[in-house]
Amino acid sequence: MFTITVASILLVVFIGLGLYLKSVPIFEHTSFWHLITSSEWKPGSGEFGFLPFIAGTLWITAIAVLLSLPVALLSALFLTEYSKTYVKKWVFTALDILAGIPSVVYGVWGTLFIVPWISEKLAPHFVEYSTGYTVLAGGIVLGVMILPLLISLFVEIFSAVPQEYRDAALSLGATKWQTSKYVVLRKTFPGILAAIILAVSRAFGETIAVLMVCGNIPLIPHSLFDSCYPLPALIANNYGEMLSVPMYESALMLAAFLLFIVVFIFNASSRAVIYQIERRYK
Amino acid sequence: MKFKFIEEKVAKVLMIASAIAVFAFVVNIIYTILRRGLPALNWDMISKIPAGGYYNGGGGGILNAIVGSLYIVLGSTILGLLISIPVVFYLNVYLSKDSRLAYTARLAFDVLFGIPSIVYGAFAFTIMIYLGMHTSLGGGILVITLLIIPILIRSMDEVARQLPKDLLDATYALGATKLETIQVVLRQIAPGIATATLLSVGRAIGDAAGVMFTAGFTDSIPTSLSQPAATLPLSVFFQLSSPNADVQDRAYSAALILIFIVLVISVTGRLITNHFSKNKI
Repeated sequence: MFTITVASILLVVFIGLGLYLKSVPIFEHTSFWHLITSSEWKPGSGEFGFLPFIAGTLWITAIAVLLSLPVALLSALFLTEYSKTYVKKWVFTALDILAGIPSVVYGVWGTLFIVPWISEKLAPHFVEYSTGYTVLAGGIVLGVMILPLLISLFVEIFSAVPQEYRDAALSLGATKWQTSKYVVLRKTFPGILAAIILAVSRAFGETIAVLMVCGNIPLIPHSLFDSCYPLPALIANNYGEMLSVPMYESALMLAAFLLFIVVFIFNASSRAVIYQIERRYK
Repeated sequence: MKFKFIEEKVAKVLMIASAIAVFAFVVNIIYTILRRGLPALNWDMISKIPAGGYYNGGGGGILNAIVGSLYIVLGSTILGLLISIPVVFYLNVYLSKDSRLAYTARLAFDVLFGIPSIVYGAFAFTIMIYLGMHTSLGGGILVITLLIIPILIRSMDEVARQLPKDLLDATYALGATKLETIQVVLRQIAPGIATATLLSVGRAIGDAAGVMFTAGFTDSIPTSLSQPAATLPLSVFFQLSSPNADVQDRAYSAALILIFIVLVISVTGRLITNHFSKNKI
């Protein structure tokens, strides 16, 4: 049992090491700095610039978090501070369903609902023409996908605040909202940050839904209505042909390695913060 | 009226609005898929494998993908449980509450839980190339097992941590060894095992990025572990990328089947969890 436990812990190390070893060949070819700052993507002639993909990932993640953060914070406060038990039960069921829907279904929903809405209703107000397969579509779909994660983390964190703090604020004449704002939110601020980082790292890795709605054009997007091409989509789209072009495999493994490292750092640090918070109130 | 009371009202309205928004998304997603998926849904879809020219509008169904997904989910859930139950048992019975190893293990599983499935897919793919394996059912099962182990362990662990210390002491007092307490522990964490299994099945059946590299895609039903296997999410994805409108419609009904399976699993899972909870102290 000890062996199985240690082996499964070491899985993290193995994944990191395996991907790193696979991506080493490309460093002999081009420098790391050049790889992540160049925007030339021509695998055929050995040009691997990751900047458009990194930019695409950052754009849609930022939009997703900006859109879902206020909704998640408000509904988590509603669930912990305001709502009655039966309302909670209903909302949690809805969240369970939302968390259980497979990402490919989110992708289908995005192409059926969000993409046409953007290209027909929203985009004409701002730009001349947009297919709808845009940064914004990716951001919205991703935003809905990370909602259940954010809300459940927030609810967990808010519930850890001792009831006496709230009682003290309320007895001094603060309204419920003031209590939430000045006591609950302030007390849990590190936890909120940690939850956001966790959601960001989830958003980074989301592949198939984003791939289906963001257009996949390897250029740096300049507005919300441009197409983009996030890192996971790059890996998923090209796995078939990567063995036939030299260095291509190594480049894609580097993409996977970059994702791994970012997600690893984000996850490890935010989990550590959350553990601290849980321990403090125990 | 004082400003703080107005603020209270506004905040409350916004909060209720965001809770309603969560509902609205669920309803909208299910409605959108139902509206487009239902018309194209028929018995052939779920009882036949793709006939020749299926992806150009030919006859047949997606039985290959349904069966492939079920094989992968079944295989990986069994493997995953075999690996994760001993780990949970070890963490909670053999290690003390503030052990360094237990802390590291929990952190590691939380980190693993956050790693995107595409990274698992890429990692498993490099291993498969190294071993000279081709895309196969076995590869798919392998990567999904890796993917669900952290989910299984962490959600069972949550329940196992609540295990009363007295209960273990009672079994020791009756002369049981640490290993023998597993019978008691298993009965106590049974609802946890059920919930964990349910969560991981949901994640396993919906995962597309991991199996894309490792299980491949095929029009036939695999008969051995070394043959490639189709999966439902990939079937939805490939049909949707077809330019043919009929085939796209079938992608929507395949998505509907996928949602249906996931919802059925989560409802039965809930019933099972309630059933198992009766042994809980």
